[in-house]
Amino acid sequence: MEISRTVKYESELDKDFGNRVMELSGCHKISECIQCGTCSSTCPVSLYMDYTPRKLMAMIKAGFKDEALRSQTIWLCSSCYSCTVMCPAQIKITDVMYSLKRMAIEGGIYPKKAPAPALAKAMADIIARNGRNSEMGVVMEMSLKTNPMNLLKMAPMGLALIKRGRMEIKDFYHRDKIKNRRQLHDLVKGLKKEA
Amino acid sequence: MKTYGYYPGCSVRSTSKAYERTLLDVCKVLGLGLKEIEDWNCCGATAYFGVDKAMAMAVSGRNLALAEQQKFDELVTPCAGCYLTLRKANEYLKDHPNDHINKSLDRVDLHYGGTVTVRHPLELLSSEEALKAMAAAVKRPMKGWKVASYYGCQLVRPYSDMDDPYQPLIMDRIMEALGAQAVDYPYKTRCCGGSLTGTVEDVGFRLVYMLLSEINKHGANAVATSCPLCHFNLDAYQSKVISRFSGGFDQAGGRRLEPLPIIHFTQIIGYALGLELKTLGFKDLMVTPGRLVAAS
Repeated sequence: MEISRTVKYESELDKDFGNRVMELSGCHKISECIQCGTCSSTCPVSLYMDYTPRKLMAMIKAGFKDEALRSQTIWLCSSCYSCTVMCPAQIKITDVMYSLKRMAIEGGIYPKKAPAPALAKAMADIIARNGRNSEMGVVMEMSLKTNPMNLLKMAPMGLALIKRGRMEIKDFYHRDKIKNRRQLHDLVKGLKKEA
Repeated sequence: MKTYGYYPGCSVRSTSKAYERTLLDVCKVLGLGLKEIEDWNCCGATAYFGVDKAMAMAVSGRNLALAEQQKFDELVTPCAGCYLTLRKANEYLKDHPNDHINKSLDRVDLHYGGTVTVRHPLELLSSEEALKAMAAAVKRPMKGWKVASYYGCQLVRPYSDMDDPYQPLIMDRIMEALGAQAVDYPYKTRCCGGSLTGTVEDVGFRLVYMLLSEINKHGANAVATSCPLCHFNLDAYQSKVISRFSGGFDQAGGRRLEPLPIIHFTQIIGYALGLELKTLGFKDLMVTPGRLVAAS
């Protein structure tokens, strides 16, 4: 039986983490969280999370950076904004989740084989490239990066959709594009320079 | 007749074609003009905010600037994801006129002056005027239709001002104006799972199950939706969800969940207004409202 310490020493915390999250999310109200738990009770997926939204807010304030950024919670948030509307301290919790997702991706510590971050990245890439999303393109990229067997599993659904004219064979290879892609690409470049 | 700028979004061009077709047909009958804005790009939905916030704001900023350049002061989009994203970006860009996102837009000839309001067809079609016009134009009174209106989350909160964020009524009012019975139930705006049905299936399916279960319990025989993703989750996954959970039995009452037709709300309006049946796209649905059509 291996015994290890389960409580962090204060020196192991990232004291500035809370400030960085507040800056990134444009939400300085995190510091006003009163730990009432309204967010967790209105969240439709909190019962599947490793840390509930209430707990996560406390962890951000206290500087539990690694735990927060590696949590499943951020990838389970479905952006329904119920917590954001209900929060008595007016914390934009959904936007805080987005900030944590971005920090996890930038730090390279998001779960690489999990479909949720793969889907977000695939969709962002396709839109930055073509200006138009492709539902099929996103599903294919996501599956190839995480679990290619997923495509087989989805085949019956695909057939049912094709039969009803809601999907076409050309969706597999054709990608919709906007006309003025140069403008979009210049926009991306300009923003990168600013950052 | 006022002409609104129209922003379709990706879903109505792929898995929800019947939604767009019936929306355009219904608006034509009711004298609402929709003109697609030229060269629009996708909104990035919730996904983009989790990857790159500045880009997420900027791609929506491009659409708002295009609408403004093409002289529209109101931009209508049928997708709740597009609606939230465009409204969120609109609010941000108006509140931060001098930040780097607005400046980056300026540099590529996409200056945005903040003059556009983003709207959803549900809002236009539930005005007092539209309801009266609709009620007067009903050709197929919807006898026997008990419709649960499902609004989903992003259409009613937090950037929306069209109705209550938890207990909205505007779609119910449309159903009543058409002669259907509006079914009240508590989960009208609870999350359908969004993309979780494709990423974390166990969680996504459970959310769909809870919605279907509540809707069943309250006696509806059809569901109206106002978002392509909500529609897809309820419609396309319904049979899998029913067979996976509780062996197909509702936990609460032990009743078997009835597979229900999940219908875009504009398809229902089109039906009541007497549009030709084959243009409505009922056949595209996984569960068709054939029985209701035959009975009413």
